Amino acid sequence: MSDIIVQVVTRMMIPYLQLYGLYIILFGHNSPGGGFAGGTVIASSLILYVLAFGIDNEELRLSGSVARIVESCGALAYVGIGLAGILLGANFLSNHSAGFPLGIPGRVFSGGTIVLLTVSIGLKVASTMITLFTNVAEKEGEGE
Amino acid sequence: MTLIHFLLLLFLIVCAFFVGRTKDLLSAVIVFSAYSLTMALLWQQLASPDVAITEAAIGAGVTTLLLFAAISRTRRME
Repeated sequence: MSDIIVQVVTRMMIPYLQLYGLYIILFGHNSPGGGFAGGTVIASSLILYVLAFGIDNEELRLSGSVARIVESCGALAYVGIGLAGILLGANFLSNHSAGFPLGIPGRVFSGGTIVLLTVSIGLKVASTMITLFTNVAEKEGEGE
Repeated sequence: MTLIHFLLLLFLIVCAFFVGRTKDLLSAVIVFSAYSLTMALLWQQLASPDVAITEAAIGAGVTTLLLFAAISRTRRME
């Protein structure tokens, strides 16, 4: 499947889709959105790229092992940030009481660890969605 | 309850009815995508934009792609 119109429109749309996903993730604590919604937007942009430029092309798509590593890193980052609260002498996932600076309300880097938590959730959700799609869509006998 | 809410709800009910009724699964998935988009508009009108973003990304985006992939692996007609 290679349609020139689909490919050109995909090439034009993907930067804006990924920028919107990053915006939803990074502003998740100030405005509507968060790690889950932004991660799915980023994942759908990557799935659109794979669909437009050939699903059988192994070089294009995020391979299963890379997606698995990114997924595990997202989950481990979430747990690690949570355990940092315990190491600093407060509860699991505690934010200001563990000494993280809250910053100016309304800025991107405010709210202590919430930005890092949403970024790790976004990584995990995006790689999970890509793994789901490639597992369903790839042909028989190509599974790992 | 303005007119646009009424029209959106009516379209939602019609979409939900035809998703269950049609025998062509590809048409059902496309109508389900329209259902999700209408649902996202309604969530935004109900003053919950967070749910609206998630509904538009999951319902109209990823779920449609996953169901398309599943149909391409199986039969199109029910």
